[in-house]
Amino acid sequence: MSGGLRAALASDRFVVTAEIGPPRDADPDAIARKAAALRGWVDAANVTDNQGASVRMSSLAGSVLVQRAGVDPVMQLTCRDRNRIALQSDLIGAAALGIRNVLLLTGDHPTLGDHPDAKPVFDLDGVQLVWTARTLRDDGTLLSGKPLATRPSWLIGTVENPFAPPAALRARRLAKKVAAGAEFVQTQYVFDVAAFAGWVARLREEGVTERCAVIAGVGPIRSLRMLAFLTGSVPGVHVPAELERRLRGVPEHRVAEEGLNACVETIQALVEIPGVRGVHLMVFGHDDEVPDIVRRAGIRPAVAALQEGRQ
Amino acid sequence: MAVEQARDQGAGRPFRPQIPASLAYALHAVLASNPAYRWLAAFLERHPRLYRWFTTGERVTKERLFGCRMCGQCALPVTGYACPMTCPKQLRNGPCGGVSPDGACEVDRTLRCVWVTAWDRAESAGHGADLDLLQRPVDNRQWSRSSWVNYWQGRDEGLAVAFTGADPRPAIAAGSARAGR
Repeated sequence: MSGGLRAALASDRFVVTAEIGPPRDADPDAIARKAAALRGWVDAANVTDNQGASVRMSSLAGSVLVQRAGVDPVMQLTCRDRNRIALQSDLIGAAALGIRNVLLLTGDHPTLGDHPDAKPVFDLDGVQLVWTARTLRDDGTLLSGKPLATRPSWLIGTVENPFAPPAALRARRLAKKVAAGAEFVQTQYVFDVAAFAGWVARLREEGVTERCAVIAGVGPIRSLRMLAFLTGSVPGVHVPAELERRLRGVPEHRVAEEGLNACVETIQALVEIPGVRGVHLMVFGHDDEVPDIVRRAGIRPAVAALQEGRQ
Repeated sequence: MAVEQARDQGAGRPFRPQIPASLAYALHAVLASNPAYRWLAAFLERHPRLYRWFTTGERVTKERLFGCRMCGQCALPVTGYACPMTCPKQLRNGPCGGVSPDGACEVDRTLRCVWVTAWDRAESAGHGADLDLLQRPVDNRQWSRSSWVNYWQGRDEGLAVAFTGADPRPAIAAGSARAGR
């Protein structure tokens, strides 16, 4: 597992993270298989927390399984299903189990998931959860003020969507999360590199990139069905018209290939933007594609290079 | 109390303020804390029946104007007078990442995100920097209490904190200011 995300961010190189969605059942091998496909190719893998507000194996359990499989987990934790007592409890539990990175977010609303009849909790919001985690770690106290004899030491991450309105507020909103304690941020899918570069430029102006590592979300659009899904059903995803035309312009059997090409080109463009520290690959269910994307984009982490006898 | 809890737990929907931001800022000046209001607040808290009448008046007014949900810790003065508690996620620190390109709420796409409304109203009134304040977690014991009384009693002072300048990383605990009654 080597140094994982913290060591990668402390180094100068371009970091790569990916995503592991836990299964909808109690099968631990499903996670082990996904982690095995990523091992050596990523610095860390996010374990999602009931993504899309649909029930899955818990992100804490999933993170432990990912760690056992030799990949540094980033445990995602949302405000949707837990009040501040449960959130702090899970954060402490993760630290005790050796989880080294947490990614803290508000979470999708239950009405978008498989239990629309569930009570939305949202006792804290994403910014307040980051703030809470920093308080546990750096001040060594709970929100109540009670002290923690043993403090957690995880790296604190957050998310941001540079493309959602109000555009003028998005860089400042991340600055707020960084003031609350975020040390790295993973973004929503980047398809519009120019718009993304503008957002990063505003972050640089505000001095945010010095204190928070920006990791850009990327992933291939594999089919026209996926294109329709991303533009229609996933909140906050922006696919520029140019990319849409490009994917619609090729024969149906070549859409996957074209989508992969576009993804690789996006990554190569992102590497050139000052202040972008890495990419977060979202390949839902196609974990075997990660090595291919990483290799073609030329951003192979040191570990993968070593595995191939290079460096 | 059951009624208040139902109000708290019911799914919020973004509410479009019924008065312009400029008028709301002007009205706030009328309510600004002064010795007379502080005396009134203390007096009301000593007389539960008067407190209930007063709180009902506040509720009716603010419900009609701002969709107020009576969280008791009013954020309106720093959100362009668009109530963040009408966000389905009750976000106090700005919009989530699910806002549609046209500014619609991810939960109900027929409605405008309350934070997009807040940003437009605050920015156009020259109060855009208010949205940079770090909003502390709400005290859930204050639901259905009068936020005007809480404000006059000085309990709102720690609700939000700026992170620029001398204190780039403020503490999440505001000390006695948010301890409540």
